[in-house]
Order: sequence, then structure tokens, then C-alpha cells
Amino acid sequence: MKDIVEQLEERRARARLGGGENRIEAQHAKGKLTARERIELLLDEDSFEEFDMFVAHRATEFGMQANRPPGDGVVTGWGTVNGRQVYVFSQDFTVLGGSVSETHGQKICKIMDMAMQNGAPVVGINDSGGARIQEGVDSLAAYGEVFQRNIEASGVVPQISMIMGPCAGGAVYSPAMTDFIFMVKDSSYMFVTGPDVVKTVTNEVVTAEELGGATTHTKKSSVADGAFENDVEALSEVRRLIDFLPLSNREKPPVRPFFDSPDRIEESLDTLIPANPNQPYDMKELITKIADEGDFYEIQAAFAGNIITGFIRLEGQTVGVVANQPMVLAGVLDIDSSRKAARFVRFCDCFEIPILSLVDVPGFLPGTAQEYNGVIKHGAKLLFAYGEATVPKVTVITRKAYGGAYDVMASKHLKSDVNYAWPTAEIAVMGAKGAVEIIHRKDLGDPEKIAAHTREYEDRFANPFVAAERGFIDEVIQPHSTRRRVCRAFAALRRKVQQRPWKKHDNIPL
Amino acid sequence: MFNKLLIANRGEIACRVIKTAKRMGIPTVAVYSDADAQALHVKMADEAVHIGPPPASESYIVIDKIMKAIRDTGADAVHPGYGFLSENKAFAEALEAEGVAFVGPPASAIESMGDKITSKKIAAEAGVSTVPGHMGLIEDAAEAIRISGEIGYPVMLKASAGGGGKGMRIAWSEDEVAEGFQASKNEAASSFGDDRMFIEKFVTQPRHIEIQVLADKHGNAIYLGERECSIQRRNQKVVEEAPSPFLDEATRKAMGEQAVSLAKAVGYTSAGTVEFIVDGERNFYFLEMNTRLQVEHPVTELITGVDLVEQMIRVAAGEKLPMAQEDVTLTGWAIESRLYAEDPYRNFLPSIGRLTRYRPPVEVAAGPMLTNGKWLEEGPEGDTAVRNDTGVFEGGEISMYYDPMIAKLCTWGPDRDAAVEAMRVALDGFEVEGIGHNLPFLSAVMDHPKFASGDMTTAFIAEEYPDGFEGVTLPDDALERVAAAAAAMHRVAEIRRTRVSGRMDNHERRVGSDWVVSAQGQRFDVQIKADHDGSTVTIGDRTLRVASDWTPGDQLARVSVDGVPLVMKVGKIPAGFRLRTRGADLKVTVRTPRQAELAEKMPEKQPPDTSKLLLCPMPGLIVKVNVEVGDEVQEGQALCTVEAMKMENILRAEKKGVVSKINAGAGDSLAVDDVIMEFE
Repeated sequence: MKDIVEQLEERRARARLGGGENRIEAQHAKGKLTARERIELLLDEDSFEEFDMFVAHRATEFGMQANRPPGDGVVTGWGTVNGRQVYVFSQDFTVLGGSVSETHGQKICKIMDMAMQNGAPVVGINDSGGARIQEGVDSLAAYGEVFQRNIEASGVVPQISMIMGPCAGGAVYSPAMTDFIFMVKDSSYMFVTGPDVVKTVTNEVVTAEELGGATTHTKKSSVADGAFENDVEALSEVRRLIDFLPLSNREKPPVRPFFDSPDRIEESLDTLIPANPNQPYDMKELITKIADEGDFYEIQAAFAGNIITGFIRLEGQTVGVVANQPMVLAGVLDIDSSRKAARFVRFCDCFEIPILSLVDVPGFLPGTAQEYNGVIKHGAKLLFAYGEATVPKVTVITRKAYGGAYDVMASKHLKSDVNYAWPTAEIAVMGAKGAVEIIHRKDLGDPEKIAAHTREYEDRFANPFVAAERGFIDEVIQPHSTRRRVCRAFAALRRKVQQRPWKKHDNIPL
Repeated sequence: MFNKLLIANRGEIACRVIKTAKRMGIPTVAVYSDADAQALHVKMADEAVHIGPPPASESYIVIDKIMKAIRDTGADAVHPGYGFLSENKAFAEALEAEGVAFVGPPASAIESMGDKITSKKIAAEAGVSTVPGHMGLIEDAAEAIRISGEIGYPVMLKASAGGGGKGMRIAWSEDEVAEGFQASKNEAASSFGDDRMFIEKFVTQPRHIEIQVLADKHGNAIYLGERECSIQRRNQKVVEEAPSPFLDEATRKAMGEQAVSLAKAVGYTSAGTVEFIVDGERNFYFLEMNTRLQVEHPVTELITGVDLVEQMIRVAAGEKLPMAQEDVTLTGWAIESRLYAEDPYRNFLPSIGRLTRYRPPVEVAAGPMLTNGKWLEEGPEGDTAVRNDTGVFEGGEISMYYDPMIAKLCTWGPDRDAAVEAMRVALDGFEVEGIGHNLPFLSAVMDHPKFASGDMTTAFIAEEYPDGFEGVTLPDDALERVAAAAAAMHRVAEIRRTRVSGRMDNHERRVGSDWVVSAQGQRFDVQIKADHDGSTVTIGDRTLRVASDWTPGDQLARVSVDGVPLVMKVGKIPAGFRLRTRGADLKVTVRTPRQAELAEKMPEKQPPDTSKLLLCPMPGLIVKVNVEVGDEVQEGQALCTVEAMKMENILRAEKKGVVSKINAGAGDSLAVDDVIMEFE
């Protein structure tokens, strides 16, 4: 018996060594941690339960039968993050380059099936050279099986992808279908075709970093939701994100003890809106002053800065925030910001995360670039996302809410539950200047008359009270009491139930 | 007494005057420009009158506009504060003509003290010690030697048309005069085309010490001790104190009596200040008289218990001084730190914007301030006092139009060490966000051994910070206390994280007791044992006792480490905190030993060198580029204008340099951190 027990330990030790000391050293030399080290940092100390440590591939072509490392290039299992269950797979670049084989794929599928069944998020740590070419179509099949599970798990459990090395070719489509993608600066990249193929086909000369590095995907393509300095920071910040997320669609968002009074008054918000209506201000100040302890986890911070998305807590409970940012392009809605916010709203709705919308929007961005690229359908995504969301929705209009963009931004007409406006709000079809030029076209040559008409329009419409008279605004609130009002609004919505007509699924304008 | 007092000023001094007027039961009127519509002084006053556009030249110093505000409100007295119209003879006369009381000296005194040469002459006649010198022109070296002998060495040879150090020489002996005279003369001729020379006593180890005087309209005049204002940056006072650590009783008395005789000589009434330069041997020489309330007057109030603004108002109303010279006592020590909206890391460039956070330390009454029951009608009392004179508030805007000083933080203690220590703690507890400010620099001065010993001259900042201010490195013992506090705070935050809902029952995370703290490039292996009153932190062979009421999210931590108070501004960074204390700005990480081991494997990334780049600070449109490739630019020179959201922002050179490349032109739309131009 003793021998057998010792044998198990030996086998385990061998499996844990992955591709061996030399490859581990090479991995470290690239500034990357190993698959197991990453799991250690992601999960609570000593909480990892590993599965399939001894799984090995069954391929025989190209001499593969002689090289059957235990684990087959991916470490899988579950553990806890601050005591809450999480499933995880972590590709091991030191073992056959982390390449995906039939059995590698099966290991991933196994924990994804468990995650869906048992109701816990999946974190996928990607660091793989791609398909295991020696296995041919078996490898492609493995990807396909993972894709199918990504799709099935979508909306059932949160799925988070961490790109911590190469992720190229078909492999990118698994992370692409998860809820969040995070990258590590300078040591990760994602692309469908690499620089060599790009050069052959299009003659473009581009580095892997330029083509698919963290900067590209957080700033240009918006494929990634965030990027971190290194593996250690990435893993600790993903832990922080998990603290915000429910474990599955069967559970409410988490609540944790908080040290911030829901009644906290912020006098400084009374002066947040500048006297000059064209002067910007930083909407993030409002977000952090509403949030518990000023804690804000921003999603897609580097992309489409004219809209802000991310998570805060109110009375300890997670709330998703969508806010126009007057500092960037005056907070206008355009293709990028609509897409960014729409996806975020749908994530929140999937997982019963209440949504707070902070509105200061002058309208949609005009121009051929926008129209040619389909701002109509992209803008409709955000409209659709807000309208179909049945989670508690609270909206605060701080300043401008003009035209169609007013309707889009979680207006009362899209079944938003509680809609507040600051006294500085202007809810109208458009700004005074534009409106007067249309209504009083005949007086355009007379600056004095135009000025008088403008004043008249401003007095009548540049305020929240016309909307409040109609009940489109539930209450005009003092800026300094925004936190208290918003907390109470969400408190009153904790048992909200809203039925939607039966349908197989909707047909959002993709 | 007056029926209504108008304050012809803004900012902290307007607020300061309103406070005293309120206590005296006098209704107040504020005046304000467009930029100050929401300002604190406007909110504090009983009435407020709008007087024009933001530039002071179109509002605060337009006499007609102030006179109209006086007429419209029926004010019968005006306090001018400092700056603006406070030393304007025409304003004093205009008030007199309308029968409105000016809370300040008579116009004649303003006039005679307003001119450097006249004031020096009057001072000399009144028996005030002036810098010995020869104002007449000097023909040749022989004459220069003779005069230098009369003045006494060292002397300063100065070109009449001189400036920027050219044509100036210090001579310590006859030989040096002989040699230097001709050289300076030649230099002056070639630099200014004017070789006229004069000679003055050169004051070594100069300190700036000034005497506060107070005189009524009945011929009574007293002095209220001195203030030392040697901590200056380019003639801008930064830290002041009273009394001076340098004066002895005899010198104080001599300076005070001379100041009073000067006040009497010019028929002075109200509060005034006689400025002296004092050398290393305690010889003092008259510089000038300021015929108004000084910025730094609170330190005098704190050690005398006299409310100078109250006395100014009473004198203006014709009352007699309530005390004689022998009633004036100096008790304890007071320090003033001026909080400027200037970024110390960017060569003290003015910083403007919204004060997203502004939380001064709590004011505490103690010393003469407490005995006299002034300043704080309610609030805590202590062994040391904290007073903050301010004109701004959280959510307010610091505009580009006025003086960048936003507050004067003062402390009082029974002795200098106590006052300085109180200032250190008060500075650490002062929260300012949204703009650049000099709090870290003020903290650095408080901890500077030269300042702590009181051994400083007006060259202190120039000599001790020749390359500007680059932040503070904490000494080992202080750093260890910060590390212990950070570990205890991190542990509290981590335990809270484990209390999130949705945990696996019986499989919760256990927060350990071993941590690795990294700060300022040092590693501390820490063990924490918590109990009901705090934690015991072991670092190596030392044990520290940490107690604090800090909870996660608090932006200010008040910690006691082995009984030593530690106040830190707290921000969150991945795996730790940004902690600011004593002028240091630290990134402190707290990790488990295993996390730390793995973190050490991470590559060190050098931040890109942006010191030779002009980056776009905000997304915006380039309106204008003011320079061309090859241009040499000076610090503060306008480089280009970026329009963001219809506001034009002028980007200026942070230091001297030569433009090597320009990447953007007018009409270009840029994102944050896009490179606009590069320097050699």
C-alpha cells in the first residue's frame, strides 16, 4: 500500500512539473507565470481542486505516442475566490505549447459542463500556440465543442477570459464569446491571422503587438475589456471583478458588508454642472461619489470614452453603471459607444445586476462616417438592450437629454423604473439654438429676435419640469442627495418582477 | 460702530474679515466677479454685489465699481483686505470724499510709505535702522574704497541700471572693491549702456523678519512682536512663524520700538507691518512698510490673542486701542503654511480646476486664541491649535484669474517644536484633490532639519531645493510604521472581502497572518496578530502596536503605531494602497508571501520617458501651434492651444528646451497623451 501511495505522489509531482524546469524557466524569462502559478494567484490559498491531472492524449500520428505528458497542456478544476466557487482552466504553454488536442478540449468541456450544472463562473486562462496540428480534425473538433459550451453557458454563468500569452486563429473565438476578455500588456496577443499571413496576403508589415496586442484590443478593436501590467496584477484584478459578479443566473448579485452610509450627502455635486452649458465636467466624479466607498470597476475604460461602463456597489450590492461622459466628444452617442454600452447592459440583464444610468447626452454623432457604418443599427442595439432589460433600472439625468438619445438612455418609455433629473437637466428635442433656427427660420436674419426666441425656448424647455409634468421624470432631485435617492430607489426595487411575452429569443439588431 | 462693512476683496481674506465682522455684529457686503459667483465669501456675506468680469483689472480693482457697490448697499465702512485696492491712495481718498470709513491707514501714510526712496528717507529720519549705503553716484575706485570703508564690509557694488545679477559684485575687502568696481562698471556699460554705480551694505545670512504695529487715531501705537518669513520661493512667502526663532528680547524690543516710531512719524493708524532684513549678527535694516493687513497676520493673532481685523475696525470707527505696549504678551509659538494651487513636481506651475475633494483638518482652539474666545465659537479644544483661513470649498473651482493661494493653515503650540509637530499632523490630514497643490512640499519643509532647528535664511528654498522638489523619501523608522499600518489595513480589507454573500459554507477563505509589504523599494516581512483593540505587527525582531479606526474606503487613515500618530491619505491600487504622508507619495503593496514570491518574477517595466515630449492633456482640437522646429522655448512659454469642449487651453513649456519635432498642426484632433511636439 505504502508504495502505491508514494507512487501517486510521484505521478502528481511529475504532472505538476508540466513541461519541465527548462520550459518553466523560459516561461518566467518571458515575464509570464506558469499555468499552475496563475491558478494559485487567481484562487484562494489552498482552495484549488484539480481534475484530470493524468489525462493524456491518444494521438499516434507523427510519433506523438512517444510524448504523452500528463494533463495534456491544460490545468483544470475549481476553487474559491473569497470563498465563492469558480471553475477554471489554465493552458500550460510549457506542455506542447499549450496546444489544443482532443483530450485538452475534453478537459475544458468537463469543467464548463460542471460550471453550468453547479452554477459557478468559468475563468479561462489562455496561453496556447493553437491547434495541435498532429491531431488534425480532432483538434478542430475540440475547439468546436468548447465553442458550443461557451454559447450554452452564455447567460447561465459568467465567463471570463484572460489572455496571458498567444491566442491565435480559431482559438480566439472561444474568448470572443465569453463575457469579458482581459489581456496582459506586452505578453499577450490575439488575432485571427498572424503577421506572417497578413504580409503574404495583404503586404502589410505589422508586428504581433501592433496587430493584436493589449493596446490594439483595448483602444482600437474593443475586443478586450481591459489590460493589466503583468500576470500578478491581472489575476488580482480579476479576483476583484469576481467579487462583483453573481455566480450564475440563478442567483442574485453578491452583497458584502460596506462602510459607507447610504445617506451620505455630497454637497460638492451641487456645483458639478458648470455654468456654461458647453463646458464639460467629469462624469466619473459623480460615479465615484455615488458609489459605496468610491469603488468603481470600469469595463472598457480605454474604448469609446464618451460612454462609461462598469460596476459599483450600493449598500454593498453590485450595480452596473452606464454613463455619458461629457469630457469626451461631449458625451455624444455614436457607433462605438452604443455597442459598448449595449453589450454591458445585456450582461447586467443576464445576471440580474441592476442598472444605473447617468445621462448627459447631446444626441447622436452626425456625419457620413457614422451613417455609412450603420449608426442606425448600432444605436438601435443600445435602445434594444435597455428596452428588453427587466432588471431594476434607475436613471438620473444630470444635464442634456436631447432628441432620440433621450429615449435611448434608459428613459421612462423603455420601462425604466425610477427616473430622476437634477434641476440642471434639459430634456428636449434638441438644444435651444438648433430648435430656434428651425422653428423661427424666418427670423434667422435678425439676431435680436433669434436671441429672444432662444431665451423663450430655454425658459420653456431647457429644464426638467416639462418632462416632470408628464411623469416622464418621477422626481427632480437635489444633486447633493443623489446617492441617498438612488440607494433608496434600488432598495425599493429589490423584489421587482417583470414578465416579458414568451418568445424563443429576441432578434436584437446585431 | 459701523452699520455695514463692505469687503473690497475676495478669497480667504474676504472670508476672514467677514468672520470677525459677524462676531462683532456688523452686517457685511461681499463683492464678486463673474468667476466668483459661487465663491465662499459671497455665501458668507449678508449681501453680495456683482462688480464685473473675472479679470481683477475689470472688477476688484476698479474704484468706480466698488464705490457704486458701496452706494447701492449703503455700506459705511470698507475693509480692503490685502492686494487689490488695499494700498491704493486714490481709493482711500475716494472713500474719504464720500464719508465712508476706510479700514486702514490714512491716505497720506499710504502715499509716503508707498515709495521706496521716500519711505527709506522717512524711516532714517525717524531713527529706523536702514541698510547703510551711498545713494549718490561714485566716480572711481578710490571713492568706492573710501565709501565702502564708511559702510563697513562686506559691501555690494551695484550698477544703477542693473538687473539679473549683471553689474553686481560682493566685495569683502578694499582689494576686492578696487578690482570689482571697474569690472562691474565695464559690465554695466556693455550690458546696459549705463555705467553709473552705487554701493550698499551687503547683508549676509539674511532673514526676513517683520514687526506688526497697531495704531489708533488718538496717538497710541504699539507693536505686537515679530513674524519670521524667511521661507520664501522667488520672493513669495511660503511658511511664516511667530515669534522668530532668531531674535532675542533686546533685538525684538529695538525693532519694535523703531517700527512704532516710524508709524508715529507718518501718522499711521490701523494695522501695519514694518519689514526688516536681519543679518547673521542680528543687525537689522528697514526694508519697507506695508500699510495693510498682511497675509501672515494669523500667526501674530495666535500668539497674542489679539484679533487684528477687529482692532482695525475699531480703530477706523475711532475707538482707542484697548491695550498698551506693556499689555502685549507673546505666548507660545505659531506657524503658518500657505497652501498654493501649484504643482510642486512641475516646478510649482499654477494648477487650476475643480476641487473634487477639499477637507481641511478640524480646527482646534488652544493658547491665546482659546483664552480670548475668538475664532472658534464652538469646536474642540486642545493642547495645540489648528486654524485654517480659506476661501475655497469642496466642489469649488480654482480659476486662473487670481492668486493661487487657497488656504493658510496655522498651528499654535506652547513651544516651537509643538507647533511644528502640530503642523506636520495637520498637513497630513489636509485632503485636496482635483488640482496640483504644494502640501507635500510644505510637509517636506516641516521635516527639514534646518527648518526644525530654526536655522534658515531667505535662501533656504533656493539652497535646499536647487533642482526643484522631487518628493520625499521617508526615513527607515517612519517607513516601517507605514508598512505596519498598511499591513494591518490590508488585512482588514481582505477580511471584509471574505464576508461577501454566496460563499461555500464551511469552505470560506481564511485570511492569513503573514504578509509581505513593499514600499519605497524596501521589503518588509510582516506578521500580524489582531485583537479587539488593534493589531500587533512583527517585522523581523521588532514588534509594533497598530491601532486605527480606519475602515475600507476611508480616504484618510489615522493610525497610531507604537503611540506615534500617523496620518495618511489613502488611495487604492492593485494589491495595496497609495499612501501619502509627510510629503512622501508611496505605492505600497501588501501580498501573501507566495504572491510576493511570484510578483518578484514579474518584469520591471520602465515607464516611457515623456520628459521631452509635450503630450495632449485632454482629447481636443489643436487651434494654434505657437512655435516652430528649432525654436528655443523658456519655461512657461505658450507652445500651443488645444480646444476641448469649446474651452481653450494653452499648453506651456514646463522647462527650457529646443523644439525638435512637431507632430500636430492647427485643426488636428488629438486624443489624451498623443504627442504634440518633441524637444531635444
